[in-house]
Amino acid sequence: MRVKLVEKAKILRSKNAGPFEITLDVLFDSKKDYEEVKGSDVITKEKIAEIYNLSIEDIHHLVYFDQALGIKITIARKISSGSPGDRDVYGAQQHAPLMNLEL
Amino acid sequence: MERGNMQKGIRIISPCGILGYGFPKEPFIKAFEQRIHGIVVDAGSTDAGPHKLGANVSIVSRFALKKDLFIILEKGLAQRIPVIVGSSGGAGAKTHVELTLEVVKEILAEQNKHAKIGIIWADFKQQTIINALEEGRITPLSPNIPDLTKEKILDTKTIVAQMGHEPILKALKQGCDIILCGRSYDPSPFAALGIYHGMDAGLAYHLGKILECGALCAEPGTTKDSILGTLYEDSFTVQALNPIRKCTPTSVAAHTFYEKEHPFMLHGPGFTLNLENCEFNEIADGIIEVRNSQYIADKEVRIKLEGARKVAYRTFVIAGIRDPLLIERLEEVEHEVREQVKSYFAEISEEDYQVNFYHYGKDAVLGEQEPSPFTGHEIGVMFEVLAKEQELANAICANVRSTFLHYGYEGRKSSAGNLAFPFAPSDVEFGPVYEFSIYHLMKITRDPFLLEVVEV
Repeated sequence: MRVKLVEKAKILRSKNAGPFEITLDVLFDSKKDYEEVKGSDVITKEKIAEIYNLSIEDIHHLVYFDQALGIKITIARKISSGSPGDRDVYGAQQHAPLMNLEL
Repeated sequence: MERGNMQKGIRIISPCGILGYGFPKEPFIKAFEQRIHGIVVDAGSTDAGPHKLGANVSIVSRFALKKDLFIILEKGLAQRIPVIVGSSGGAGAKTHVELTLEVVKEILAEQNKHAKIGIIWADFKQQTIINALEEGRITPLSPNIPDLTKEKILDTKTIVAQMGHEPILKALKQGCDIILCGRSYDPSPFAALGIYHGMDAGLAYHLGKILECGALCAEPGTTKDSILGTLYEDSFTVQALNPIRKCTPTSVAAHTFYEKEHPFMLHGPGFTLNLENCEFNEIADGIIEVRNSQYIADKEVRIKLEGARKVAYRTFVIAGIRDPLLIERLEEVEHEVREQVKSYFAEISEEDYQVNFYHYGKDAVLGEQEPSPFTGHEIGVMFEVLAKEQELANAICANVRSTFLHYGYEGRKSSAGNLAFPFAPSDVEFGPVYEFSIYHLMKITRDPFLLEVVEV
């Protein structure tokens, strides 16, 4: 079985970045794990678009931040926070699909 | 301003992540064994959605607001150091600031104290925004935000903008003991205090970004405990005040990340913070030092506008479904229910209402983005009706509920009822629903935030 992202990450979370975007943070507590994931090239805009059923333009940022051993992915919300049809006002439970990403 | 601050450091306490969330008193009080230069607390957030701004209500109760402020003001006034509240009342509009001011006055009377209070308003008139729109000074904050229109502005009763440190600095220079800010960029009130003492704006804003959530940057993290930040000439440090938590380089670096769209480029009012070259080091047990936070002034100053407008009224029902035959064809049944309701309310335009079903236990959180197949044996169904008027929402929701409850789907064996309601009555009248109708940047040429000083 291949290793899943959740097994490597220390923190894997989602949260609103303002009411129109959701930001996904993946943070590691070992440089080795971070470098391994970074080097594997598994996390790409295409992959995120696929697992979140979004178009590439809806992936606003995908950035590696070496100092924090972290990856940040910011995606467009289809419906803004708290508006009719929204399902997660704080955007705090949108990270689950990312957990199962196979490395 | 004092000489020698550069060496000794400027110490700022953030008692909690949102004023009114509460914090343990002891670590907060103990912090004053050393010299503290100010207590700064953020009261605001857009996290809870557009309702707070639209309906002019607070995030926390008046009780909780007073309880926290009582402790903070008592200490702040006794030490003769400024107390600054960012985004007063949650959304930081006039009603929110006025409520905070009223509570402050009440506390001062009870403590038999006098104070010079600076109030900084962050409200904007519709016409000001319309003018800016017509002059081409308004842009959406991200590509998925619709363009602003005059009609939307006129629909939006309350409009605020996030202030930078400038108006707060003005209040500090005028010697205010208490500063109640309207809507602020969360780090601004912290940055203002550092800048007032001659510290670097990049470090001051970065520290503010970390302190504004209380002890969330420590481990275990919480918004309900105090945190101490100290600004030096070329660095700052962060440390937890409660011995049960501790800051680590990772926890502080990770918090720099928190709820921002980009990990190291942070946009604030009139500037960009570049944190790409920051270093996070533990210089003593639990004391994390940060260096190299860089403040880059923008060529054109833009402030972030926020506005919420009422878009509908809601009535909703929560019910459980345990029958496997119904669970198997739930979407199909709901489609049929929707059609029956539509035909019953034939005289009502379909544009005047919508019916939404959410299936807790199946895909309510992620909706069409849910990748996992359903494997459970029961589903919590929440259905809502959004309509132009509350009475219409109530009427349609009652009809959806009774139609759904008794709908005779194909293959049904439980002919007595389809839904298990946990409560009587089943229908909950929610009230108005809002949306963020304005979340745009506005170019400005002068500080538009008004400072008012009152002595109490």
